[in-house]
This record gives sequence, C-alpha cells and structure tokens, in this order.
Amino acid sequence: MKKTLLMSTIAAAGILAASAAFAGNLTVVSWGGGYTKSQVEAYHKPWEAMGGSKINSEDYNGGLAEVKAQVESGKVVWDLVDVELSDAVRGCDEGLLETIDKSILPAGDDGTPATSDFLPGTLTDCGVASIVWTTIYAYDTTKFPGAKPTTMADFYDLNKFPGKRGLRKGAKSNLEMALMADGVAPGDVYKLLGTDAGVDRAFAKLDTIKGSTVWWEAGAQPPQMLADGEVLMTTAYNGRIFGAVATEKKPFEIVWDGQVWDLDLWVIPKGAPNKADALKFVAFSTDTKRNAAQASWISYGPVRKSAAPLVGKHATEGIDMKPHMPTAPGNFKNALQNDFAFWADHADELNEKFSAWLAK
Amino acid sequence: MSEQVMAAAGGGAVLAADGTPLKERLQKTLRRRKLVAAGLVLPLGAFVFITFMFPIVLMLFRSIDNPVINENMPLTAAILEHWDGQDIPGEEVFAALAADLAQARETKEIGRVATRMNFEYSGVRSVFTSTARKAKNMKAPFKDALIKADEKWGEREMWVTLQRMSKPYTSSQYLAALDMRYDIDNNIVMQDEDRQIYVMIFGRTLWISFLVSALCLLLGYPVAYLLATLPLKYSNLLMIMVLLPFWTSLLVRTTSWIVLLQTNGVLNDIFVWLHLIDDEGRIQMIYNQMGTVIAMTHILLPFMVLPLYSVMKTIPPSYMRAALSLGANPVTAYVRVYAPQTVPGIGAGSLLVFILSIGYYITPALVGGRTGQMISNFIAFHMQKSLNWGLAAALGGILLVGVLILYWAYSKIVGVDNMKLG
Repeated sequence: MKKTLLMSTIAAAGILAASAAFAGNLTVVSWGGGYTKSQVEAYHKPWEAMGGSKINSEDYNGGLAEVKAQVESGKVVWDLVDVELSDAVRGCDEGLLETIDKSILPAGDDGTPATSDFLPGTLTDCGVASIVWTTIYAYDTTKFPGAKPTTMADFYDLNKFPGKRGLRKGAKSNLEMALMADGVAPGDVYKLLGTDAGVDRAFAKLDTIKGSTVWWEAGAQPPQMLADGEVLMTTAYNGRIFGAVATEKKPFEIVWDGQVWDLDLWVIPKGAPNKADALKFVAFSTDTKRNAAQASWISYGPVRKSAAPLVGKHATEGIDMKPHMPTAPGNFKNALQNDFAFWADHADELNEKFSAWLAK
Repeated sequence: MSEQVMAAAGGGAVLAADGTPLKERLQKTLRRRKLVAAGLVLPLGAFVFITFMFPIVLMLFRSIDNPVINENMPLTAAILEHWDGQDIPGEEVFAALAADLAQARETKEIGRVATRMNFEYSGVRSVFTSTARKAKNMKAPFKDALIKADEKWGEREMWVTLQRMSKPYTSSQYLAALDMRYDIDNNIVMQDEDRQIYVMIFGRTLWISFLVSALCLLLGYPVAYLLATLPLKYSNLLMIMVLLPFWTSLLVRTTSWIVLLQTNGVLNDIFVWLHLIDDEGRIQMIYNQMGTVIAMTHILLPFMVLPLYSVMKTIPPSYMRAALSLGANPVTAYVRVYAPQTVPGIGAGSLLVFILSIGYYITPALVGGRTGQMISNFIAFHMQKSLNWGLAAALGGILLVGVLILYWAYSKIVGVDNMKLG
C-alpha cells in the first residue's frame, strides 16, 4: 500500500525523470548557471577525457524534494547531486542518500591523507564537500560616489544609504545577518536565535528595511537586480557577483563583513543507477588538482587544504582568484558558518514565522 | 420489418426476424450500444482515473495519514496508548523508547521519525537523532539515562506530542492548515500570533480571485458585446486579438508584464517622461498584489470573453429592436431585455475565471512579490522546500473543499443549468 501510494503520487516526477535517464551515462545534478559551468570545465571535461562515462548534466534549484520523490518511488535516475550541508545531513538521516566510504578519496598532492586534508566538518556520512560558498552583500560602485558601505550594519542603514535592498526570500542567512547588523558577534548568533527573544530581535531588525526590500529566490537574480538598478544593494552568493564582475565587467563590489558561509557537497541518492561510477567521480572531482581547478572558474573556495595554495588565476579572464575566495584571510574576519544542526531543528518553525512576517 | 413480425403482431408479443421477442431484441441492441459507447470512453476514463483521480485521492490521504511514528516506534506507541497524559510516564515507557530509538537508528528510519516530530514540536529533531545515537549503549534505569542524554525527555510536552503523533491517523495537518494546533492538554487552540498565516492567505486567495473575476467581467463584457454585434470582417479581427494571448506562452506573457510594470520599466519611464511623477516617486506596480491582479486578469480574460460571446451571439438583435419600438429607451431596453439574457454567459465566465484563479500558481510566483502570493505558492513551498507533504495535502484538501462549496452555492443561487460554456 505504502509503495503504491508513493509511486502514484509521484508518478509524474518518475515518468519525466525516467525519460531523461540514459543507460550507463552518469547523471550529475547541480545548480546551473556559472556554477555548473565551473564544474563542467573543472570536473566533467577532464573526467570524460580520461575515459570516464559520459556525463549528463542537469540543473535543479536545491532542496531534497526531487531526491525524495525518486527514492521513495524506487525510480532513481540521478546519480550524483550537489547539495547544501543541511540537506546532506537531513537526507542522510532520512535514509535518502547512500553513505560514502571516505577511504575512496585520494590523499592530497602533498601526501596528507584525505580525512585530514579536507577542512574539518566538510566530510559527512553521506556527503563529500567540494567547495565553500558564501552569502554576502554587494553593491554597484557607480551608485556610491561618496562613502561606501563596508559593514553588515551599513546594509541596514537606510539613513546613511537610502535606497532599495535585495534579500533572499527565506529565513536562512537573513536572520543571522540581521543579528550581526544589530551588533551581535558571529559566535553568539545561533545561541541567540535559539531563543524567542533572539528571533524577535532579528525580525525587528528586518522590519527596519522591510518596506524597501525586493525579494529574490534564484541565485541568478541578485546580479540582474543590481544591473537593472532595481536595488541599491543586495545579498547574493559571492560566486554570482564575481561572475558578473569578471566576465561581464560589472562595477559591483562585495562586502565580506558578516558573510554566512556554507558548503556544497556531492551526495548519491539511495539506489542511484550508476553508484559505482558516481563514487569514482566523487573521488576524481575532489582530488587536489580538480578541487583547485574549480576555483579558476568561479570564486568558491576549495575544501582541501592542499588545494588552497594551488588556486591561481581565472581560466579565461586572468584575474588572480585568491583575494576573491570567501576564505581569503581579509574576507574571513567577521564570518559565520551556517549551522546546519540549528537549521535542521528550527527551519520549519522559522520559515513559517518568516512567511507570516513577510505576508503581513 | 419482416412478414413474421407483421404476422406476429396480431397475436401477443412482437417478434423480430429471428423469432425472439422484439422488446428483448431491442434491449439487447441498446445494451450493446451502451457497451460500445462505454468502451469508447473507457480509455479516457481510465486515463483520467489513473493519472488524475487516483493520485489526488492518495495525495489527500497523506493529509491524515501518519504512519511514521506508529511504524517505527512500535513499542513506545503501544504503551503510550494507555498513558493518561498527566505525569511523566514510568520506566517501562523509557525502556521501550530506548529500544525503539536504537532500532530506528539501525533501520535508518530515525531521520523520518525526527522530521515528523519536528513538524509538531519545533527543535526536537536533534533530540531524537542525538539520543538515538546513544540509545544502543544505554542501560537501565532508562529514565535517568534518557533524561541525561537530553533533558527534553523529562518534559511532559514531549511525551504528549509523542503520544499524539504515535496514532496512525492525525488531524494535526488540517489544524496547522487552519492556523490551529494542539496545546499541552490536547485542546485545540489558535497558533501563536506570529506563526498564523494560512487563514490570511486563503482569504487573500479568495479576494484576489474575486477581484480578477470582477475585472475580467468588467473588461470582457463590452468586448464580447462588440464581438457579437460587429460585422463579421471586424469581429474576426477582434476575435484574433482576443485569442492571441492564448497562443502565447504563459511565461512570456507574465514576463512581458514585468518589463512593462517594473520600477524602471516602460510604464514608469513614460510617467516620468510626462512629468506625471518624479524620478524618486516611481510607482511600485509589480512584485505585489497589484502585479498579480493585473497579470492574472490579462491571462484569464479570454476565459470570460468566450462564454459571454457564445451566449450573446445567440441573442437575436430583433429583441432589442422590438423593445425600442415598443417605447423603451435604450438603457431600459438593454437592462430589461438584453442583459438578463446574458446571465448564463456571465455565470459561466465568472465561475470559470474564479475557479482557475483560486489555484493559480506561476503568475503569483513570478510577479506576486511579498503581498501577491496565493495559497498554491505555499502548497508548492511545502512540497518542494520544507518537504512537509502532509501539510501541503491538507492545504490542497481545504482548497478543494472550498471550491466545491463555492460551486454548490453557485448552483443553488444561479443554477448550473443556467450556465453556458460555449
């Protein structure tokens, strides 16, 4: 009964997905745009060149909905998915993902064993991280002839910098940034958000700019909103802003103060059709060379310590990539790591509160 | 008719050519025809049933189905059934809990248990996952061991919630969809003020749908009248203009509205150029309720115009002429003679637009911004992001019941027969 129920509720998803699957090809799913391009250049092409199976690259918008639908219907067509840390942990807990044996990961180029070469917290039961990405805010320099914003508090200062703001439509990272703008130190943010008073304080801070905020959902929107002049400054994923600056020569500037960083990890849905191949690809794409090569296409930081020194210039634009990494010393001063455990516990409640707050 | 039939006609039952009574024969033929007809619609019927009715029923079933705790925490569920809910339960229940948690971790079901509980009691996901990790090595007394692992196990609220969730069916999803919840004594109370949202969104969905229907009627009625009364060569051109949006992708139409209405868009630029507003005072016409209403009205207009047109087309122009020649002034003639005859078209068009609006998704998602989101957007959120399919199903169930009630009310007031779709 349970099986039929699941199968039919998601029959549509299954049928659609099944038609996209090709026998033997590795279906790799990621976030699209400049980020997928960086993976195609740094991982997929070398993989195919060295005789690996053909890669079928698909885009998605994050979340576990598709993985859940596929696993529960028993029609898994995705082999490898690029997910955020909270989803890697939650999916693993719920039995949606295969566990990955870390002994398949090659040692770093300097000989450090993989388990100590990866930054702490970047290997989970079911996930192997590839990059560090971060949520920052950015502005158009041409709109600021005088004083320029430098801190998270400036983002919330409508008197000093009057104009529209762009924020992601969701609780995650907005609440953290609001508290940091209100003067909370990164180390205390999640402790405070665990209390009702802390949540109220974050929403009160968000209230101060609610009337001047434009909300975005897809990562490609913020650079577009800046370019259109729709907003004066906006939160964004750092790689997207960098992409607009590097390849489209947009006059955007990133403010690193108060950044909320997170990981992207490879995970394998339970029952993936080409699991063995997917595991090989995970090992291949996260070795020191590939990990560093990825950073020459987009400004997301490598997770291997041995890869950090190898980060060089942008592959086509010749820009030195090191200062654009979220983890560069100058950028990493007032940074907060997204706490997946906190969000696993509180996402349902806080998203509901956020929606209620937003709709009012 | 054969001779036999003619002959038999004199003496009792009428017989067919093969000697069977004609009545029976006729019934047989009719039955066969019915079977053929049924056979012809069977493929479509089966298709609709398998791909539409069946999944909907199953999806709605999810709104009350609650198997996760019951199946994966069987020992605890069995004992908690008899707990009076007053004091923290005894050692027996804690022992069962420790065994269930260890087992659930073994079978990898603990994540689903924790997720289900977390929907009901925010923040307990980690209590379940972390306690389950330790459960295997716990020794009696389990009560102390579990409370030491996490003090939440010493709270009555935790146990009341667990007891409620261990029943195989639940009404909590429907309560949540109506901004209500159970309190610690299992009474139904309103959700905390800062978490109330769905009732307001349902209200907004009805309001926007009503507004869109009314605007469509207001804009569509004159167009339909023109279509029905203009000479053919003009009305054809007008018809093409009405149908043109039908042939354009919904996404293209919605994004064109974004181009027109956004703060730096065409309309605002024109207003500034005409000095109607200054550059700082640009009007926010999109990414709010106004944007949703404008774009939806445009997209749904043909669904109003076409039924109206088909009804107006059947009203003979001579009626109006007769009314006028009998001394009515044009307004009276229109109000008393013409307008009442268009009611079936108004009814059909309004109902069609209203029901389509109530479940609209993509347009509010693209141009609704903060204040123009409708209930479908929240259903999608729970399907795709929070993965709370039960709540999504409950919201969908309420929407379905709402539409059925409206349809019923409509058929009582206007009458379904008094409606013409084309």
